[in-house]
Amino acid sequence: MSRIAVRFQQLASAGRKALIPFITAGDPAPEHTVGYMHALVEAGADIIELGVPFSDPMADGPVIQLACERSLAAGTSLNKVLAMVAEFRQQNNDTPVVLMGYLNPVEAMGYEVFADRCVEVGVDGVLLVDLPPEESQLVAPLFRERSLDLVFLIAPTTTEARIAKIAAAGSGYLYYVSLKGVTGAATLDAASVAAKLDTIRKHTQLPIGVGFGIKDADSARSVSAIADGVVVGSALVQRIADNADAPEKVAEQLKAVLSAMRNAMDGVQ
Amino acid sequence: MSERPDFSAVPDQGGHFGPYGGRFVSETLMAALEELEAIYAQLKDDPKFQADFDYDMAHYVGRPSPLYFAERWTKKVGGAQIWLKREDLNHTGAHKVNNTIGQALLAKHTGKTRVIAETGAGQHGVATATVAARLGLKCVVYMGADDVQRQKLNVYRMKLLGAEVVPVTSGSRTLKDAMNEAMRDWVTNVDDTFYIIGTVAGPHPYPMLVRDFQCIIGREAREQSLKQANKLPDALVACVGGGSNAIGLFHPFLEDESVSMYGVEAGGDGVETGRHAAPLAVGRPGVLHGNRTYLMESDDGQIIETHSVSAGLDYPGVGPEHAWLKDIGRVNYVSVTDDEALKAFRELTLVEGIMPALESSHALAYAEKLAKKMSSDKMIVINLSGRGDKDIHTVAALDNIQI
Repeated sequence: MSRIAVRFQQLASAGRKALIPFITAGDPAPEHTVGYMHALVEAGADIIELGVPFSDPMADGPVIQLACERSLAAGTSLNKVLAMVAEFRQQNNDTPVVLMGYLNPVEAMGYEVFADRCVEVGVDGVLLVDLPPEESQLVAPLFRERSLDLVFLIAPTTTEARIAKIAAAGSGYLYYVSLKGVTGAATLDAASVAAKLDTIRKHTQLPIGVGFGIKDADSARSVSAIADGVVVGSALVQRIADNADAPEKVAEQLKAVLSAMRNAMDGVQ
Repeated sequence: MSERPDFSAVPDQGGHFGPYGGRFVSETLMAALEELEAIYAQLKDDPKFQADFDYDMAHYVGRPSPLYFAERWTKKVGGAQIWLKREDLNHTGAHKVNNTIGQALLAKHTGKTRVIAETGAGQHGVATATVAARLGLKCVVYMGADDVQRQKLNVYRMKLLGAEVVPVTSGSRTLKDAMNEAMRDWVTNVDDTFYIIGTVAGPHPYPMLVRDFQCIIGREAREQSLKQANKLPDALVACVGGGSNAIGLFHPFLEDESVSMYGVEAGGDGVETGRHAAPLAVGRPGVLHGNRTYLMESDDGQIIETHSVSAGLDYPGVGPEHAWLKDIGRVNYVSVTDDEALKAFRELTLVEGIMPALESSHALAYAEKLAKKMSSDKMIVINLSGRGDKDIHTVAALDNIQI
């Protein structure tokens, strides 16, 4: 069983929901990322989504766009991101790591090389924002053979017919984008998210993570009441931006933001 | 070519031209693209829709655009006869309006009240703002901050037409970044917004439908050649940024094996310097802006900054059908430098009294080289895709003249 499946099983039997932080790898510079990942785990992360920076992050708002720019300016590459995961695995063998990004850097590396490298360094899943199931025929079998999970997005605009198709193609978990917009945009509306999750659950047994628009402990709590996992990105990445000149201070701030969410989700007063 | 490809069979149902094209977007946009595809499939053979399009082409755009024999320039160059397809004479001054009229008709059928566009040189932005004004639609145009500077005239035109022009300061501050920002707007406002893409790139069905609307250029040119010169041209030449004017001219001639075709990319300071916008010449296949195509990218798959004196060609990708036509060898893709294009800009202005856009000047510069190698009984048709008024500031600045 994959690390992701094991993790969701453990959470389900403990009656808890997954807290899934996202940070852009290499932001503000490659040497800081592994430390930040360990800090996220200490603060209660169940799965880490590690962003692979891209020059043209079309689905991202300004916060993650700037994170990509900082990271690329500091020399981050897909190869370096994979090396970060390898280093993280030296001390942590059970927290799943999902790479999240855009297709082109993966195409440039080559699908098969990428899939092999993922297995080698201990990546568990991959979410490619601009790769819908229709275009995944080349990638999907390579991932399946290696037990790498291919995580797909579902959006508020996704029709029920497409939900069925995506649910069949996805593995690990499904990522529900809670609002129409880019990352870090408005705050989500929990009632409309709940309605959509009901529809999705008719088509899948996979856990569903919800992201986009989760900004604080309150929104994390309301989402954790209806979803299997809560994804938080821009709220963390903003802390890295605020301290780009003092990256050593970032880990503590990430922990503060994430712990507050963890406590809210677990009902700790 | 050993086996003749079926040009009418592309794109396939998924929008693929061989390995290129497709639909690589985030899930939020998939429903809107499926809806657009369905509406287009329904309307494209609808006689009423075609009649509306033809009416607007004739009475609003002023088509057919002339096919003009540039006799004096032909003599000066020495060689093949050079003919110009005068898209510069269209309403708004470029070929872009053919497509914006078509997409605006589609937008009307979707009932959406807001249109957005990306623009490089501003010609597509102006053409979009124009149709939006005519239909009473709200219009927002995204334009790289650097392009806003070098195309001030078009920025002001768009504002006069009632559009909001949003300067984009991220990335390289040019066309690709404008397209990123337009995609972000669309993903946020997908319920009420129609995205009018200006070139034959982007996710399916855009490369197909923009091609179909622009094919009026080649259909007319083919008919005009037969009528005015009693034969088909021997060669076609068009500039290629995203490639909409080129595909519009080339496509109706693809089955005519005697017609050779040249797509001219922006060589900038020279392809060997790395400062250019010629992905077909030196790029490699990758995925950007919703389609797989040739891209200018680093070894690590990051898109690299392009350079061209012409804002409309300053783009690191190219339409997927061009990528396919390159691979199968049907079209030759070449490049000319900024300096060569500027020289052609001046020459056509002086010799023929026609001031071409800097984009189109790339096609002129290559055609000049080509004509010299061909005999005087041969015929070249160049797509003069736009007029040069918008570029006067750029040219004047190079002459150290303040206007």
